[in-house]
Amino acid sequence: MNRSVDALRATFGPAIGRALESCGDTIVYVGREALRDVMAWLRDTPQQTYDYLVDITAVEYRDRERPLEVVYILRSLTRRTDLRVKVELDPQGDLTIDSVVSLWRGADWLEREVYDMFGITFRGHPDLRRILMWETYAEGHPLRKDFPLRGRFSRAEQVRQALAAQPEAHYSLEELSIAAAYEELPADMKERLRRGERGRLPDSE
Amino acid sequence: MSKRTVELELATPGVDARGEPLRVPLGVAEHPDLAAEHMLINIGPQHPATHGVLRLVVELDGETVVRVIPHLGYLHSGFEKLGEYRHYNQIIPLTDRTDYLSPMANNVGFALAAERLMGIAITPRCTVLRVIACEMSRIISHMVWLGTTSIDLGAFTPFLWAFQERERIYNLQEMWTGARLTTSVTRVGGLMADVPGDFVAGLRHFTQTFPKTLSEIDRVLTRNAVWVGRTQGVGVLTAAEATNHSLSGPMLRASGVAYDVRKDKPYLDYETYDFDVVVGEHGDVYDRYLVRLEECSQSNRILQQALDRLPDGPINIADPRVILPPKSRAMNDMEAMIYHFKQVMEGVKAPVGEAYVGIENPKGELGTYLVSDGTAKPVRWRIRPPSFINLSVLPKMAVGHLLSDLIAINASVDIVMGEVDR
Repeated sequence: MNRSVDALRATFGPAIGRALESCGDTIVYVGREALRDVMAWLRDTPQQTYDYLVDITAVEYRDRERPLEVVYILRSLTRRTDLRVKVELDPQGDLTIDSVVSLWRGADWLEREVYDMFGITFRGHPDLRRILMWETYAEGHPLRKDFPLRGRFSRAEQVRQALAAQPEAHYSLEELSIAAAYEELPADMKERLRRGERGRLPDSE
Repeated sequence: MSKRTVELELATPGVDARGEPLRVPLGVAEHPDLAAEHMLINIGPQHPATHGVLRLVVELDGETVVRVIPHLGYLHSGFEKLGEYRHYNQIIPLTDRTDYLSPMANNVGFALAAERLMGIAITPRCTVLRVIACEMSRIISHMVWLGTTSIDLGAFTPFLWAFQERERIYNLQEMWTGARLTTSVTRVGGLMADVPGDFVAGLRHFTQTFPKTLSEIDRVLTRNAVWVGRTQGVGVLTAAEATNHSLSGPMLRASGVAYDVRKDKPYLDYETYDFDVVVGEHGDVYDRYLVRLEECSQSNRILQQALDRLPDGPINIADPRVILPPKSRAMNDMEAMIYHFKQVMEGVKAPVGEAYVGIENPKGELGTYLVSDGTAKPVRWRIRPPSFINLSVLPKMAVGHLLSDLIAINASVDIVMGEVDR
């Protein structure tokens, strides 16, 4: 068992849940509210120095009773040690969790992918939008267990939507706000930009 | 004339077709705010310099990159979702298609994770053959990288040399597995097939002749003024930035971080091989080139050692619940037929638990994270995609450089969209 677990318990007390070992890796469960502090502590404490974020992903079990887990694989490059931190979320409840982008910039796209695939919102992420699916994708979050393998819509509906898609929808609003492209936008996208939905308005407006 | 012109300062005096000195207009004085306008240009998804279906939306100030917004997902195939509906051995063909420039290494990565999950120890011959598979993959992947990057930067000849070497490895892969690209060479607990009789001699011939090509590429590029000018000081990342952005593989090591999974978390007995971890100093495109070039010769060293020590013996473990019986026995022996039936119909069950195995793929650390609930199909199969994570640093690297440098920087990441999008 990784010795960081005892140090975590001594520092954070009840915020640290159970810890177990699987296939040689230590897994420690952390309460959702304490996640950001625990991660910052793991990164910055001299005896821990988990300076490298290997991966962020999520797991939803086939058993509907089990909570959805967000998994962080951390590594200390100096000590050559790995630690797996997990946070449990209720799939029916609020799927919001603190972002760790401010600690590891590498979390940027990883959190976007988890958001895209599982619908978990990362509070404090600078640019949380879909990454592998397109922005207007309406079928939900593909890696959730209630998402059928072939998608929610019929093949005919998927084709219809693809053919009816506006090319502008494939630009993010942030890009559309850049320079000259703004003037040529459809009215509804201009409206969304005006509401400040995402991105910034050009100075002329 | 309101147009101002300036004479180009060329090393040799240039003249145009009419014998006039070469002149270039600087801009029109009547439009003083022309330089203040930013331009939005779209590169890709169908563009040879983006190395696949990557789309970059670039905001330019003149020719200087102000912002890069990458768009992914054009090759998204939902492999991870598909894996939840497949037996462990049925997932292996999917791993070919993620990083399709090094399919054998992906096969090995997945098999190692499944074996750790099931607590299987593989045979000595299988271990060495998997090392050979991994290092062959590293060479072909780096050769593709070298060839395509040199084309991006205007050098055509190294491309031909690199692809010729890659072709020789592909022939060896075809000899071993019957396929050049979709190899699916591993099985949980062993390999799909042993290497054929003349494979060892063919690979040994390759390892003896490959260094000559490497030194030719080295002679053509490493001190080439154009190559050096296009790559040195471009896309610099410090060691701290590279670590903070979770980079891995040559991208991380070119920035001076000596982390190699083969040395630091050894798998497949890599700790018993004699090879060096190649580390760069400046973290620019040039150092990434040097790191990859030298990794090819290190891989060649490992291949030679692996061929020297290749032991005889079985390639598969002796467990009929995991390894399919040979066809002849399945057709003639009742017990073998039952095992065959159970494996095909029910699959190999993994105990409840989870395993993460990272291997040093050509692109970086390829992680396979498997979660099992005790059935024959994983609850979650997660690929930690090295080139996806390496690509995420592109916007940071490119800002402030010229548009043409963006192409060099993007090439230096060594992405393969099959893996980025999965």
